[in-house]
Amino acid sequence: MIYEVSIWAVLIFIFFVAAVLGLSFYFARKTKSASSYYAAGGTIHWGVNGIAFAGDYLSAASFLGICGMIAFSGFDGFLYSIGYLAGWVAALFLVAEPLKRLGKYTFTDALDARFNAKSIKLTASISTLVVSLFYLIPQMVGAGDLVVPLLGLPHWVGVLIVGSIVIFIVATAGMTSTTYVQFIKGALLIIFSTVLTFYILNHGLTLKPGGNAPELMRLTAIVEDGKLTGVDDEKWHFDGAFEAGGKTFARLESEGVQRWFLLDASGKLVETLSLTITEDGIKLYNGAPRSEQKFYQVGNVTKIVRDGEELDETGPLGPFGFFAALDEAEITRYSKVEIRDAHTTVWYPKPTAGRDMINPGLLLKVSNKHGANFWTKLNFVSLMLALFLGTSALPHILIRYYTVPSQRDARKSTIVAIVAIGFFYILTMYMGLGAAINGVLDVESSNMAGPLLAKYFGVGLFSIISAIAFATVLGTVAGLIVASSGAIAHDFLDNYLGMKMDDRKKVMAGKMAAFGVGVFAIVLGILFKGMNVSFLVGLAFSVAASANFPAIVFLLFWEKTTAKGIAASILTGILSSVILILLSPSMYERYGLPTTSAPFPMDNPGIVSIPLAVIVLVVVSLLTQKDNAQKVENYHHA
Amino acid sequence: MHHGPAVKLEADKAAARKARLGVILFIVYALIYAGFVAIGLTNPDLLAIHVIGKQNLAIVYGFGLIILAMVMGFIYNIICTRYENAANKKMEDRT
Repeated sequence: MIYEVSIWAVLIFIFFVAAVLGLSFYFARKTKSASSYYAAGGTIHWGVNGIAFAGDYLSAASFLGICGMIAFSGFDGFLYSIGYLAGWVAALFLVAEPLKRLGKYTFTDALDARFNAKSIKLTASISTLVVSLFYLIPQMVGAGDLVVPLLGLPHWVGVLIVGSIVIFIVATAGMTSTTYVQFIKGALLIIFSTVLTFYILNHGLTLKPGGNAPELMRLTAIVEDGKLTGVDDEKWHFDGAFEAGGKTFARLESEGVQRWFLLDASGKLVETLSLTITEDGIKLYNGAPRSEQKFYQVGNVTKIVRDGEELDETGPLGPFGFFAALDEAEITRYSKVEIRDAHTTVWYPKPTAGRDMINPGLLLKVSNKHGANFWTKLNFVSLMLALFLGTSALPHILIRYYTVPSQRDARKSTIVAIVAIGFFYILTMYMGLGAAINGVLDVESSNMAGPLLAKYFGVGLFSIISAIAFATVLGTVAGLIVASSGAIAHDFLDNYLGMKMDDRKKVMAGKMAAFGVGVFAIVLGILFKGMNVSFLVGLAFSVAASANFPAIVFLLFWEKTTAKGIAASILTGILSSVILILLSPSMYERYGLPTTSAPFPMDNPGIVSIPLAVIVLVVVSLLTQKDNAQKVENYHHA
Repeated sequence: MHHGPAVKLEADKAAARKARLGVILFIVYALIYAGFVAIGLTNPDLLAIHVIGKQNLAIVYGFGLIILAMVMGFIYNIICTRYENAANKKMEDRT
């Protein structure tokens, strides 16, 4: 997809990045001790910390991923919003205050507070690293996606820019600057998402978004004995029929350009979008090189009905009127299918009832009418479970509890976070559906739905939203790298290996670890290009919920928990969730193998790996009860 | 290695009561959340039914879960603050 670069977008983007770097320089001068590097000295106001929580949490996954998923798959994307927010309930009611009481800089400290056991230090620091890396991948992918339309640069350059800026931020100032960057960015993201939602509602539904209705070519097919054999149009030459995804496609040629068409139920060949990779590796978009701009943006309303009458547009709608109007409308979505024999990916138009867009089932297949089976249903439960339990097990979120002065502040900042994040997640439904109906979708990247929708309403709004989204990625990556560097320098080197470092060396070790993790994240961001960032974050939640959640909750609420039980549970959680993800259908698609050959039939492993980690924790703890006689008794759990 | 908090924390005499309240509220929310998942799983067509005006159950339940989290958060904070004030008052009375 080709986007025009706007000078305003570039200027606003540069201003944002400069402001973020300026803030880092300012706080760098104040960061001298390990306490200020890892935990901002424990002096952040609860209100600021609450919005910074929102900044941390509303990562690329929320703004880019969820909006994109809702735009392409309707309500199923919103399930992520519901699950991500529900996770905060677990964080508030179960872990916020006890964790604040137990820890120092990292979540490993809290887990280890009662035991002082090497096994916990090692496994918890590994788990922090693994979860943070899983979470880093989608942020970097999102960053790459953003710079393509914003600055007209290739995806990998975006990943490199984010990686470099963040390494710089973290290596200079640590948690204090990360907190203020997150605070500003979190607040701006919520304010401008509200503005964007206002535009969407004011615009309402229209058959001609932007004054243009995309007219798709429809040709008459020649079908003999139930087989597609040609096209009844002099201009086009029939070049073969292909079966894929239960559909029949025709390859047609006109004036040396190949295009792909879908054979629909009425015997018409309907124009599609196609990406073909030639033998010499050249990518052809709708039969022509990218520079010829033959690709176009899609997603529009094809029928609007109000009170039994068909309309061209609805005019401004209220927040509830918007859903009521969609309930009676028809939308054209685009579905993707791979035609392997022809090295081509086709996106074909799929008329969808607006009602289906505001109900679950288009992506996760919970309903039998959408082809659900036992595994797709279990996958849905697995995802909802991981999202619910994952938040309170994310190390980069948990470290934020150490930046406030008291348990009471930890609680209050969590509530501020819930209100801010909850409000934003309600807006995701409007932004995602708004993108689905205004002809702005880029079929190659579901992640760009939100920013491209903003572009539809004006380059100024697009520039601001994109710059905020970019800052979102910067802030979240910074938080993740602080958490990872804490795991390496504080938990592993200092506590596990017992390298007695003074304060200055500890900060230096943290910065070096930040550099290493940052470089690794850049490489992963380039490798995973093209995957939906919310889906990837969902996987990070699965790993966190499996590796950390049982350990935290049993430590707080079960007397008989032992150090060995915690360590074994963390290890089981990491291994089982990561292995099952590697054997899942989505990863098989990534490897270029048929998804049906994946040994594990679900994308989300939580339903297997979380109970497994719990069982291991309970069994190992019961077998090692004698260890508890020596546990550190100073700490009372809640 | 010392693992204490990054800052000196006040004594929290209300911790046990707050934790108990937290667990209860968590279970209440988890059940309501599980209800949503269960409907999606066993009878997804129910989610398409209009429940308030022309709003379907999916939207009402989904938005409701988000708003409920906010409301329960406020309630939890109010009760916890009361517990803390009561516990601190008892300590003051003793001294």
